[in-house]
Amino acid sequence: MLFLMAAGLTLVFGIMNLVNLAHGSFYMVGAYLATTFFSWTGSFVAAVVLSLLTTLAVGVLVELIALRTLYERDHLDQVLATFGLILFFNELIAILWGRAAIYTATPAAFAGYIELAPRLRYPTYRAAVILVGLAVAALLYVVVTRTRLGMLIRAGASNRTMVAALGVNIRLLYTVVFGFGAALAGLAGLMAGPIYAVQPGMGEQILIQVFVVIVIGGIGSIRGALVGAILVGMVDTLGRAFLRPLLSTMVSPNAADAAGPALASILIYVLMAAVLFFRPQGLFPARG
Amino acid sequence: MRTITRAVLVGLLAAVVAVSPATAETVKIGFITSLSGPAGVIGKHMKDSVELALDHLGRKVGGLDVEMIYGDDQRKPDVGKQLADEMLKKHRVHFVSGIIWSNVMLAVAPVVTREKVLMIGTNAGPHELAGEQCSEYFFTTSWQNDQTPEAMGKYMQDQGLQDVYAMAPNYAAGKDMISGFKRYFQGRIVNEVYTKLGQQDYSAEITQVRAANPKAVFVFYPGDMGIQFVKQYAQAGLREQIPLYSVYTIDEVTLPALKEAALGNWETRYWSPDLNNEANRKYVTDFRKKFGYTPSFYGAQSYDGVMLIDSAVRAVKGDLSNKAGMIAAMRKADYKSTRGPYKYNVNHFPIENFYLLKTVQAPDGEFAMQIQKAVFENHKDAYYQKCPMKW
Repeated sequence: MLFLMAAGLTLVFGIMNLVNLAHGSFYMVGAYLATTFFSWTGSFVAAVVLSLLTTLAVGVLVELIALRTLYERDHLDQVLATFGLILFFNELIAILWGRAAIYTATPAAFAGYIELAPRLRYPTYRAAVILVGLAVAALLYVVVTRTRLGMLIRAGASNRTMVAALGVNIRLLYTVVFGFGAALAGLAGLMAGPIYAVQPGMGEQILIQVFVVIVIGGIGSIRGALVGAILVGMVDTLGRAFLRPLLSTMVSPNAADAAGPALASILIYVLMAAVLFFRPQGLFPARG
Repeated sequence: MRTITRAVLVGLLAAVVAVSPATAETVKIGFITSLSGPAGVIGKHMKDSVELALDHLGRKVGGLDVEMIYGDDQRKPDVGKQLADEMLKKHRVHFVSGIIWSNVMLAVAPVVTREKVLMIGTNAGPHELAGEQCSEYFFTTSWQNDQTPEAMGKYMQDQGLQDVYAMAPNYAAGKDMISGFKRYFQGRIVNEVYTKLGQQDYSAEITQVRAANPKAVFVFYPGDMGIQFVKQYAQAGLREQIPLYSVYTIDEVTLPALKEAALGNWETRYWSPDLNNEANRKYVTDFRKKFGYTPSFYGAQSYDGVMLIDSAVRAVKGDLSNKAGMIAAMRKADYKSTRGPYKYNVNHFPIENFYLLKTVQAPDGEFAMQIQKAVFENHKDAYYQKCPMKW
């Protein structure tokens, strides 16, 4: 999940040199559209296809209307503009769907759980999410390293002036990449729907973690996004699960109760700080 | 000529100054709640209920014109405090009301009561404000945090449940909830887990629950956290293995998003839409008619808050400077509350009933909370003896 988000964002950030805070909004849009299409069509597959296409369209539209003029501007201007987009999308969703969280059914095929061992059940849906994440990772790897489009993307990331000079329509390329990044966020959003609360502002809750992931992984690197996502997920989960028992072996249980949850929630930022200290470019800096 | 003009102007000015106290015939009420972000929906329930209360009062409070000033605290204590400052100094409000979150309440209430302005809480009830830090300027139309989990603790104790796993977000109210639960539940607590406020993913915690294999799980996850926790608990297949008992987790705010994932779960609460009294029937019917959705306890408390203010202003015949008179009036709780009649304890927290609720599916397919029985009648909070106030 985190990887899907991070991959889209890192593509946009690394290749287009654009800080896109509104990435979380595409995640939210994807979740809302998928939920709505699901209740209209009753078919999860149809909902996935439709919502991916519409999120892609929304991404392309946003790029054409709002962001195209911002590439040459300072990062601060981009932050301001995309922050504005966050507010815009949150309010739009609140107007269209209402402020209350909406109901999202788990598709029937994934509603159950897998019995890994007696009484040890793992939700089928989460297993499906992991598989989709891996599939997307493989697909992205193939696209980026084996296809012409991927070559252009990599070239654009290294030296955009040169690519443009060689006769490549870099503006079109940017639009495509941005739309693609938005669709990845939308995919993450639609997968998140049955697990989390689908409500206005849901994108911002995950956005910060996504930024941590791409900073750790190295900006612009898809491999970095994958490794970063796994690392952040593991550290966060293990911290929540084991930090308190670990602390209570060292200090009194009361102090561990107080410090454990607090420490667990800052652990991923500690990780980020450590990575930045030793490798300021992140673990897998994009070449160029 | 010029001197005459000037004299006239000065005269006019003096007249304006002399007249201005009379314009205080408007009651100004500041209402702080969370209107944006994930908790924005709770704020909407509250704001809609305040508006409905004003409709029922003919857009007057205590017979005076009313000006409502809404503020969005974004679930942040510092923002809430700034809003309170602004309401006190810039708008010069007569009452401050609202507030969902206990950590915000702990930041705001002292600021308001220090200025000797009346504060009417309509949700959060941190134990500090019921005990040592109680104030004659602070009232609440809700409850003290511990009370609801006390009722759940009592019920689970009576059921003879052993080995309970307790979970709550790591903030002021989370701690209150667990300590209230433990006050009446005497069985073994397998583990107490505190998670980050606003956490989305509970897979790690749910795995730990499974590993500990308790007889029951008790949680407090208000708003969006409740939706996420209950969904993920059901998806993990734990619902059939370990029953879930909760407070402030499954309510009319979260139920539309949860539906069958919450079916059969137990809650305790002081109020429910099906509570049968005249004021409540009127509130629930008119609310559904005006806004098209079912109100929640957050709303009922906010509705009551406006009605309590109305009773106070009415008792002093609109003399808003008579604060002692208004405090004396509010202590009587002389208005038609949606929970039915109740009394105030010495610390200005209600002495009220608490009910056991269950999520059921009505024949028309709608999911609703239904009162099963009263767990406590006229239940007092555990901190009032620490409050030095006497009356």
